[in-house]
Amino acid sequence: MTELLFGHDLCLFRGDRCLFRSLELVVNTGELLVIDGPNGSGKTSLLRGLAGLLEFENGNVRWSGDAIDGNYQAFRADLVWLSHRVGCKADLNLVENLHFESGLRATDERRLPAVLDRMGLNRLTDLPLRSLSAGQQRRVALARMLLAEARLWMMDEPFTNLDRAGQALVEELIAEHLEKGGSCIVATHQAIEIQGRTRRVTLQ
Amino acid sequence: MNDVILNMPSVLRGFSAVVRRDILLAWKRPGDMLNPLFFFAMVSTLFPLAVGPTTEQLAFSGPGVVWVAALLASLLSLNSLFMSDFEDGSLDQLLLSPQPLPMLTLAKAVSHWLIAGLPLVLVSPLVAITFQMPARTIGVMMVTLSFGTMSLSLLGSIGAALTVGLNRGTALLSLLILPLAMPVLIFGARTVSMAAADDAVSAGVYFLAAYCMLMLTLAPFATAAALRISNE
Repeated sequence: MTELLFGHDLCLFRGDRCLFRSLELVVNTGELLVIDGPNGSGKTSLLRGLAGLLEFENGNVRWSGDAIDGNYQAFRADLVWLSHRVGCKADLNLVENLHFESGLRATDERRLPAVLDRMGLNRLTDLPLRSLSAGQQRRVALARMLLAEARLWMMDEPFTNLDRAGQALVEELIAEHLEKGGSCIVATHQAIEIQGRTRRVTLQ
Repeated sequence: MNDVILNMPSVLRGFSAVVRRDILLAWKRPGDMLNPLFFFAMVSTLFPLAVGPTTEQLAFSGPGVVWVAALLASLLSLNSLFMSDFEDGSLDQLLLSPQPLPMLTLAKAVSHWLIAGLPLVLVSPLVAITFQMPARTIGVMMVTLSFGTMSLSLLGSIGAALTVGLNRGTALLSLLILPLAMPVLIFGARTVSMAAADDAVSAGVYFLAAYCMLMLTLAPFATAAALRISNE
């Protein structure tokens, strides 16, 4: 078990308000980090900061043992990002969207049928995304995540809009991902626990 | 370490993926593409009606009108360059993809030119005929317009990136871009006028080409930096 992502002395302000300061966190391979806290406590901001979309006021982040600054390309090649927005084009259908994704990162498109099958999407390939339900769009985002084959998954509220089967599926996917030596950072206010492999950061 | 290198996708694939996707999107929503084109055609065909039909008047105002209309038509569509990506979260995905961001912003600007600029250049001869421009002038106009619209797409991508998080950033976007676009307008319209008067045009064309190259090399980096800031 090696250290994958490590944050030291992190501090972030939004406007005048300090969301957190002197925050320490670590994610090892095969581990799940849950960021929880009430609404507005800065879960999403922390996640965006770790992904490099936001700059921390203070502190440093290490990726695979090296400082993340200057290593962003290697970091991003190994990162998938699942936010509360789907991140796909509503006018394109599922295959066109996922095909675009595989142009951005080196994915194996032969896995597409299997992934779609797993997500229960294989009958919806011809429809533009705007005619899918919110939960189905969410599943498309998950399918993209699976195709990317990255080591680190960053998920912001992965359970929103999903039905109970979908939520169970997400937990199952995370468990499998950890089993394969991947890591996962989840910002959520819902309970998620994977035995023996879960770390927790609670924001006030 | 080995699989890290294997995981790196080729830069050209990312570039062409963005261009292909944007063209496909424009294809599925032709209204977005046709709007600026109609605007361009309307403004430049209404002008002869208002200014007067004599050949001298038309020849005098033609180049300026066509260029102003082209400039405004490009501005019209620039605002949406990153807006839809920002709203549906694809911008986050682009920023977090392993591709170098300047390459992706260059792809966005190039596809904007293919969608908004190139059709304009292709339609311009029809407009030029209403101004009774001779064939040589039309040729020069198309060349200068190609360089001009390309420069505007690239320059505009910087402005669009800076204003992406703002509601109704259109006015601000125009304010940011127009001063930098002035040389393009001045040299473009002037070169076409000179062509109409049978003067040498190469200086103007060279200037526009140089400006376009400058934008081609600098704008993607500026756009990438601006996107990172405004997407915080």
